[in-house]
Amino acid sequence: MVELTLRVNGAEHRVDVDPATPLVYVLRNDLGLTGVKHGCGLEQCGSCAVLVDGVSTMSCVRTAAEFAGRAIVTIEGLAADRLGRTVERIFIDEGAAQCGYCTPGIVVAVTALLQAARKPTRSQVIEALAPHLCRCGAHSRVLAAVERLVREAESDG
Amino acid sequence: MADNLSLRTNPRLDDWISIEAEGRIRVRSGKVDIGQRISTAVALIVAEELDVDFARIEVQARETGVSPDEGYTSGSMSMEETGETARLAAATARRHLLDLAAAALDADADALQLSDGLIRAPESNRTTTYWELIGGRTFGIAIDPDAPVKAPQAYRQIGRPRVPLGMAELVAGRARFVHDMSLPGMLHARVLRPPHYHARLARLDRRASGGLKRDGLELVQDGSFLALAGSDEFQVVKGLAALARAAEWNRGNGLQTGDLYARLRENPRLSLPVIEGVPQKQPIPPPSPPPEGAVKSLSARFERPYQAHASIAPSAALALFEDGRLTLWTHSQGIYPLRTSLADLLRLAEDDLHLVHVIGPGCYGHNGADDAAVDAALVARALPGRPVLLKWSREDEHAWEPYGSAMVMELSASLDNDGRVIAWSHEAYSDAHTVRPRPGPGRVGPSRLLASRFLAEPIAPQVPGPNMTHHGGVHRNADPLYAFPQRRIVKHLVRELPLRTSAMRTLGAYANCFAIESFMDELATAAGVDPLEFRLRHLADERAQAVLQAAADRLGWRGGLRAEGRGHGIAFGRYKNTKAYAAVALELSIDEAAKVRLERVVIAGDAGQVVDAAGLAAQFEGGFLQAASWTLFEEVHFDRDGITSRDWESYPILGFDGVPEIETVLIDRPGEPYLGAGEAACLPTAGAIANAIHDATGLRLRRLPFTPEALRAAALA
Repeated sequence: MVELTLRVNGAEHRVDVDPATPLVYVLRNDLGLTGVKHGCGLEQCGSCAVLVDGVSTMSCVRTAAEFAGRAIVTIEGLAADRLGRTVERIFIDEGAAQCGYCTPGIVVAVTALLQAARKPTRSQVIEALAPHLCRCGAHSRVLAAVERLVREAESDG
Repeated sequence: MADNLSLRTNPRLDDWISIEAEGRIRVRSGKVDIGQRISTAVALIVAEELDVDFARIEVQARETGVSPDEGYTSGSMSMEETGETARLAAATARRHLLDLAAAALDADADALQLSDGLIRAPESNRTTTYWELIGGRTFGIAIDPDAPVKAPQAYRQIGRPRVPLGMAELVAGRARFVHDMSLPGMLHARVLRPPHYHARLARLDRRASGGLKRDGLELVQDGSFLALAGSDEFQVVKGLAALARAAEWNRGNGLQTGDLYARLRENPRLSLPVIEGVPQKQPIPPPSPPPEGAVKSLSARFERPYQAHASIAPSAALALFEDGRLTLWTHSQGIYPLRTSLADLLRLAEDDLHLVHVIGPGCYGHNGADDAAVDAALVARALPGRPVLLKWSREDEHAWEPYGSAMVMELSASLDNDGRVIAWSHEAYSDAHTVRPRPGPGRVGPSRLLASRFLAEPIAPQVPGPNMTHHGGVHRNADPLYAFPQRRIVKHLVRELPLRTSAMRTLGAYANCFAIESFMDELATAAGVDPLEFRLRHLADERAQAVLQAAADRLGWRGGLRAEGRGHGIAFGRYKNTKAYAAVALELSIDEAAKVRLERVVIAGDAGQVVDAAGLAAQFEGGFLQAASWTLFEEVHFDRDGITSRDWESYPILGFDGVPEIETVLIDRPGEPYLGAGEAACLPTAGAIANAIHDATGLRLRRLPFTPEALRAAALA
């Protein structure tokens, strides 16, 4: 076991874990942040994405220890962020989810994208979403939500 | 009115609706939310008929003993059964409440004014409310199937855009899936699966299992069913790897390999003619020679591999066994049938099982949900008093779910001199499509639960009989809606096939329509007629014609594109020939690596009276995208040692980089019955893509999926 300090959603958390534990287990089970989803454990589906120093990062393979001292923001933490709230509002408005299991990871990825590039191109959008699988076929609604976010960013100047 | 099973089984108003003293309306439904937004649609219907604000409606969580028993949430039945019953229940309640109000206010019921549950007698200006009249009490009356319902022109709730129930929670990560539940003292659990269906445990190294015990993990064993539980989830995952090393399996003969499509045509089978969509217990008619007047006769064979539901999350369930009673939180599509079959398996009284539905990943039919629930129950029974959250792994879900059955379709038809089809034959070969753990004679329910076959006292899976219902399994949509004067439809239920199968979105309809809609284009070409025109002239149903025409118009259909590497395709389907209509018209391109790229898609749909337009459009779009994924990417691979499609790399699906521009045209039919729409858009998708590939390349692909390898092989053939 190893004691780690994780910075998650702006607060420091001390956890005592097996050093091999992937981050997603710690977030979900030790910190109760179950908005972070476990989908494959293979970094293939994107359900477990969180922001790490602002970059959308899958949390199901790399150990929690690798993220010590980094700024981790989960879907729960996005509510504290103006852009995160905007992304969520537009996703809700566009109905950009069906079963919703892949959705938190996608919301995290879109927030990261818009933080990095306020007016991303279509190919940047696709590149940011490509690591995320959706099985229900909500893709077109997700893309519509992102297009609207970009349009609104443009009209804000 | 058509027979409504939900209403017939749950005829009391109190089964469906209660009015709470504090002004809330509670609606109960046995159909569960699986991403299709049935709760939102039902809430809208009840709000409309009761004339209350949408925000007053609360759709209760589904649990045994509380929710009406509506069997499975499947077959695009929810709007037709639950939606219609909720409408009649609300209409019955409204009339009953107005009668109560008339007595209380000493007024004529017809003169009363109603607004958001407030009832006013205009003459006296006296008022009362729904909640004053009946809040917290039961109605004690039956639903009146003839209760007067609102005319669509009077709708005030339906037609207004709404935020779907639960959407905000899903998007913000606050929604609690089964996987996210937690109870004090809870254990996490995983199952160690054998290498394949036929393997059984030969030996378990006891030293290794002793080591697990020292690590604080509990080994649960019942015959070849092995599971591990512990308080720390990751330690369970690690322990499972150690357990896998300690287990030796007797693999028997392994999975059957060889040419799957030859097996489908040559294995033992039960063959039945299908007339008007219904199989008949009589010999199949022999293929007839082309009739008099035939100028051209064509035949073709189409093939579909095993395909997976491949839910985005592996299945899970939470179980607690305490004082001889089991509580189970599950994302099963049918909590009542699962309760009966599980009680049978565990030899418990049905009343000692309490099942609660909690949301899970989209399932698209019979995925691992029921089996994971059983696994959790078995582990919980071995560890009484401890809640057990059991999760399947990605590999478990991919390799152990019951797949959509592989199929072969053999079609032949004759054209007359006017380019009309004068004879049509369709033979569909397939394993069973509906192998849900539905209770029945001879312990058939538990026999279909995955764990049963591995227990010390195993229950072997029973071979399913033919589905004899109207547009049932193999023959779903085998009988085309087109008006052909002579048709011969045959269902072949094929035995001794290698993989476990059960209900996957549309059952046989996706593959049957792929064959029909591809063949219609082949016939149109042979007749020298535009494929759209060819379809229209064979359709007598005006609503079918309307969706085709709408899709064609919006795409800018002009009889094909005839451009190098780009093509247009069109196709049609009406689910079960009785539910929603869908047409797809699309444009695609094919790149130098032979990869198909969907460019622009129009989906036109008619689901009768539209209740929740955004939810309906989402079903059409999701149905199209999922079927496009099946069509372009998906095939379950296996060899003697087991399933080899075990994750998203070995079973790729459509990603964001493959999503076309989609336009969905909804044709609203005010006052017409709701038509189930969850599966309709899957029907025309493969045909439209195949036809567009033909338009772009001249290649006619008849075996799914249309991967670059398949295109290159077709080009070389």
